[in-house]
Amino acid sequence: MTSLATDPPAAEPAAEVVLEARGVTKRFPGVLANDAVDLTLRRGEVHCLLGENGAGKSTLMNVIFGLYQPDAGELLVEGEPVRFRSSADAIAHGIGMVHQHFQLVQAFTVAENVILGEELRRGPLLDLDEARKRIAALSTDFGISVDPGAKVEDLSVGQQQRVELLKALYRDASILILDEPTAVLTPGEVDEFFGVVRSLTEQGKSIIFITHKLREVLAVADRITVIRRGKVVGSADPDEATPATLASLMVGREIILSIDKEPATPGDATLQIRNLDVADDRGYTAVTDLSFDVRAGEIFGVAGVEGNGQRELVEAITGMRPKLGGTVELDGVDITGASPRQVDELGVGHVPEDRNKHGVVDSFTIADNLVLNTFGRKPFARRFIRQTRKIDEQARDLVERYDVRTPGIHVPVGTLSGGNQQKVIIARELSGEPRLLVVAQPTRGLDVGSIEFIHNRIVEMRDAGAAVLLVSAELDEIFTLSDRIGVLFRGRLVGDFPRAEASRDTVGYLMASGHDDAQGPDEADGAGES
Amino acid sequence: MTTTTTETPPRPPGRSAVDFLRGYFSLQPILVPICAILLAVLVGGVIILLVGENPFTAYWALLRGMFGSGDRVAASLGRSTPFIGAALAVAFAFRAGLFNIGVEGQLLVGATVAAWVGTWDVVHDLPGLLAILAVLVAGAVGGGLYGLIPGLLKVRTGAHEVITTIMLNNIALLLIRWIVNSTDPVILRDQGASVARSATIAEGARLPRLVDSQPPLHVGFLIMLGLCVFVWFVLQRTTNGFEIRMVGANPHAAHYAGVGVSLVIVSVMATAGGFAGLAGAGEISGTSHFLSPGVFLAIGFDSIAIALLARANPFAVVPAAVLWGSMLAGAPLMQQETGLSIDIVRIVQALVLLFVAADVIVRTVFRIRSKVEGGFDEPTLGTQWGGVA
Amino acid sequence: MSAVTLAPAVRRRTRGLDRFQTIAVLFGLLGVVLVGYVTPNLERTSKAFTLEMPPDPAQVSFSPRTIIAAIGTYYVLAAVATLVLGRSARWERYTRAALGVAAVLVAPLVVILSLALSEAPSTNLVQLVVESLRLGTPIALGAMAGLWCERSGVVNIGIEGMMLGAAGVGFTVYAVLGDAQDSTWLWIGILAAVLTGGLIAALHALVSVTFRVDQIISGVVINLLALGLTSFLRSQVIVPKGISTGISTSELSIPLLSEIPIVGDQLFTNKPIFFSMFVIVAATWFVMFRTPWGLRVRSVGENPHAAETLGIDVIKIRYQAVILGGLIAGLAGAWFSMEGQGGFQDNMTNGAGFIALAALIFGRWRPWSAFAGAMLFGFTRALGTRLQILDVSVGDFSIPSEFWQALPYVVTIIVVAGAVGRSVAPAAVGQPYERPR
Repeated sequence: MTSLATDPPAAEPAAEVVLEARGVTKRFPGVLANDAVDLTLRRGEVHCLLGENGAGKSTLMNVIFGLYQPDAGELLVEGEPVRFRSSADAIAHGIGMVHQHFQLVQAFTVAENVILGEELRRGPLLDLDEARKRIAALSTDFGISVDPGAKVEDLSVGQQQRVELLKALYRDASILILDEPTAVLTPGEVDEFFGVVRSLTEQGKSIIFITHKLREVLAVADRITVIRRGKVVGSADPDEATPATLASLMVGREIILSIDKEPATPGDATLQIRNLDVADDRGYTAVTDLSFDVRAGEIFGVAGVEGNGQRELVEAITGMRPKLGGTVELDGVDITGASPRQVDELGVGHVPEDRNKHGVVDSFTIADNLVLNTFGRKPFARRFIRQTRKIDEQARDLVERYDVRTPGIHVPVGTLSGGNQQKVIIARELSGEPRLLVVAQPTRGLDVGSIEFIHNRIVEMRDAGAAVLLVSAELDEIFTLSDRIGVLFRGRLVGDFPRAEASRDTVGYLMASGHDDAQGPDEADGAGES
Repeated sequence: MTTTTTETPPRPPGRSAVDFLRGYFSLQPILVPICAILLAVLVGGVIILLVGENPFTAYWALLRGMFGSGDRVAASLGRSTPFIGAALAVAFAFRAGLFNIGVEGQLLVGATVAAWVGTWDVVHDLPGLLAILAVLVAGAVGGGLYGLIPGLLKVRTGAHEVITTIMLNNIALLLIRWIVNSTDPVILRDQGASVARSATIAEGARLPRLVDSQPPLHVGFLIMLGLCVFVWFVLQRTTNGFEIRMVGANPHAAHYAGVGVSLVIVSVMATAGGFAGLAGAGEISGTSHFLSPGVFLAIGFDSIAIALLARANPFAVVPAAVLWGSMLAGAPLMQQETGLSIDIVRIVQALVLLFVAADVIVRTVFRIRSKVEGGFDEPTLGTQWGGVA
Repeated sequence: MSAVTLAPAVRRRTRGLDRFQTIAVLFGLLGVVLVGYVTPNLERTSKAFTLEMPPDPAQVSFSPRTIIAAIGTYYVLAAVATLVLGRSARWERYTRAALGVAAVLVAPLVVILSLALSEAPSTNLVQLVVESLRLGTPIALGAMAGLWCERSGVVNIGIEGMMLGAAGVGFTVYAVLGDAQDSTWLWIGILAAVLTGGLIAALHALVSVTFRVDQIISGVVINLLALGLTSFLRSQVIVPKGISTGISTSELSIPLLSEIPIVGDQLFTNKPIFFSMFVIVAATWFVMFRTPWGLRVRSVGENPHAAETLGIDVIKIRYQAVILGGLIAGLAGAWFSMEGQGGFQDNMTNGAGFIALAALIFGRWRPWSAFAGAMLFGFTRALGTRLQILDVSVGDFSIPSEFWQALPYVVTIIVVAGAVGRSVAPAAVGQPYERPR
């Protein structure tokens, strides 16, 4: 069902240029984010800007959208040079942006979010009725359906993205910037999204589509520009390019898109979960009646779009969240009621999905972050007194082994790049030689080099006999690493099969709908709607 | 493996200026507060001018009042003593991300318990050292219990500690007033005294005095200095301190890392209360020897300012508290000689805090370059206002 | 494909009692004590609530014993109902409402019980209500000031300083220019107070929004500065002029409404700032939730970066909201020195700004709920004074005045701990905002 070959009509060679960036340069302290970047956008086309995380794509878009001021270079809209002092100016020129990290006010309704800044008024009052009508009209025009009266915090991630899109369309944007829009969608939803993109271009809108996902680029682009380390390194023709050629343009060298790994030799079940029920922060059920095993020497990858209970599942296993029912056992020991410290002491490593919130303390040094959970044990402490020499020794050792790029071990972790911060976390959690490793979204937002490194380390742990539970929204990652694959949908495990039996189609369908092809839409998950 | 983008700190411009600038950088932690004081004094001088007095004579009188003679120096230090303990209480709580505005109440409760225990027959019979210890420990325990209340409330019910501690301050004030004044029934009131106060504590329970100034400089000052060292040691060198700092810097990460966040919060509040109670007990034991209502007014709020001035650093608390207390001790001489109300000193104090905190202003005025590495160690206080989710 | 996603709500099946069950147990115990111990020990006298001023006031008589027994019984019933039905989602709304009623009943319970334990035959109920509202005025205004500030994302613990500064400066202007006797100058003084509040708020905004100093520090500095400056003003300017008290605002009666028999005159005759409080609370609610500017203010407090991407000037809006809050705080300050009484003493606000903050947190950053919190505080204040007058004794022990004075603070703690729990502040409050460059 998931087909990625939608034939894009070729844009006319003589089509006019609606937006042009000439020689745009943007510097931040210590980083040249954009280096004399040129980009042109033609009317009615989908122009993909491809680059790995950290290449400078979002920076360029923020410049175009008026959020950043370029240090050099200029922007032209419809041939006229423009200077955007804020996004109000960009919006006034017909530019709209759907951000990678949604810019929504969670506590407001959809209607309030859409009209914010360009409010509809009746006299001095807000006119929310009119807003609802306008949103309904836009929904039908472009095939995007969302309930205007719903609170954004109650919406799914995919729906929130639609609100973002509506915001731009409500302001009559003729140029749309879509920043990593498919990161939060199931494979089926991605298809649907491409359909929306088609209808937008058919109505005359011009689109810049930013992504690091090679398959999508080939599916939807009219033209492709590749950016690497702040510079444009070339363009590609979607008709001729392949994922491999694009990848090497993106990274600048040959990269291997999959990892060489030995087949798994799993042992006994290390982690046993039975009938687990977990609630989310607001009291709603996040995980229902979940049961599965993870065996030693095996990587069990749980796929699923964010918001289906992954966070709650991981926090429940690692002791950070109370359980409503069910049991969690580690090598036969019941850890259902255990605290995070107890779970850690039993040999569980946890790489959390939100590294800045949970994984590191930004203001602490690298050395201190590396003992974040072990600071109270020998040799790092003796009877309440910290042994800083031992701590520093370990830090030097780990920074070397895990390739953390840093000027020193006493530097605050907050100054490191995302990739290096993640390496610190990986170093800490893996060096303890855990028997169970729980990793959630381990390579989100990271550059290819870091991704490779981390993937290799995870496989190493598995080969050394650890049981690995991988939770990821990136299907590529799941398929690269897993020996067995499961799918989490609305808090239930709706699939549990060996990697060899899985295909992107089946997994994608499970992620989107909770049942596989064979079953068809039936009462399986009870909440059936479409 | 090819390198990925890394961030390196920028080089200071101009290699020849590097050494000169390094000099600035190393002095920077002291340079900014000194310039802040200068700026505050300047603005204060303008205000003095506006009311028609001569700022130079005023400030000269103030300085003489603060440090003019050996006796005055001792009085300044003596006045500063309770501020040190109280400010430590605030600073210690800040390190855990907690706003302990309840120092006033904790100090009062500690002083009351100390004044009460000091009159016990048992204590009268104890040798000097033990008697003093009894009184001080009693004060610390009293203050600690009073600090425990908002800690428990926060952890069990989510009640915001700013509100609960302020309410408890007021309650403590009223309670102590009743306890000391009440004649029917008599609780602590010394019925032989002409004014409303508690009975004087045993001779043996009084801290020895170093200088008999007004107020006296007693051993409590040294105890407070020791307390600072203790707090520094706990925070930087012990595992408990590591946990406390983690909770203050990122409570979510602390939870993830296995720290019992609730336990840390409760124990920090109780300990901070203990410090404040100790400060109060020290005053009873060393200065007044009895409790009278109204004697500790404004120590609480001032100590918050001192803690902020010291950026919650236990060692910086001492000079900040000494500065603060000295100014208050020296102000009466200024008032005597120029007729200016002592409130001008309070205004200057507030301005010092303002300029130290808004060091951007000071740096712009005096053209001091900021540090190369970002100042990460300072706790940002406002971010935990909305509660720990 | 996928439509609405709300997952079904599930009651947390945690072990042990949750918040409401604990409250239910407490009320149940209280009810048992009331019915089983208090009622039998009360004298069988009749007391009355008078509804107007003497001579010859209209009154409502009642038997305290009966009413206390009734309330006690209700408590027991409500407690039992909550504990039995508590875990079921269907009855949840009703049990919570029942507990809410139980909480509200505490007020009349305390009044009636105290009346019963005192020698006085009656007490003026209408006056009690009016006093509560009156004493709650500066709190409510302070809470509105804090609301505007915090809803835009700026923590404001300097409300106290803004009030005090306004009270001091306003009265100084009044004293210097009008000798604190002239009514025109009184209004100029009030205006000066309001503007002072706005000015101090502008300073807070400058320091915490533009210079991005920690907002808590900024608030503390403001409190210190206000205390020092106003005390300084008083000793250097007001006292030398020989002025200690002055004439405060005069009462006015609202036409028509004040002519309602019995209660009209008491309820609708009062001082101007008091009446303005209601207007301001209503206006705050209206502007914040029904106008575009209000929407923007709230957005800036919840997600300033999102607002920025929509072209909203976050810094400008924060300044506007903070200064508006300051103006309202200034009016609260004016109440202290020019309406509640005529005169200025050092530190005369004495923590009202922090009580206002408590009311704000109690009201979950919403206008009418914060107003209710302010009125609760005013009520406990008024009650405390009233009970002091009644000279309530339990057995031989005459309850000292300090207990009644402490009552508002104790109640605030109970309310904040029991009723509110984890409050939901505006999401971005306390974080300095940096414009992307």
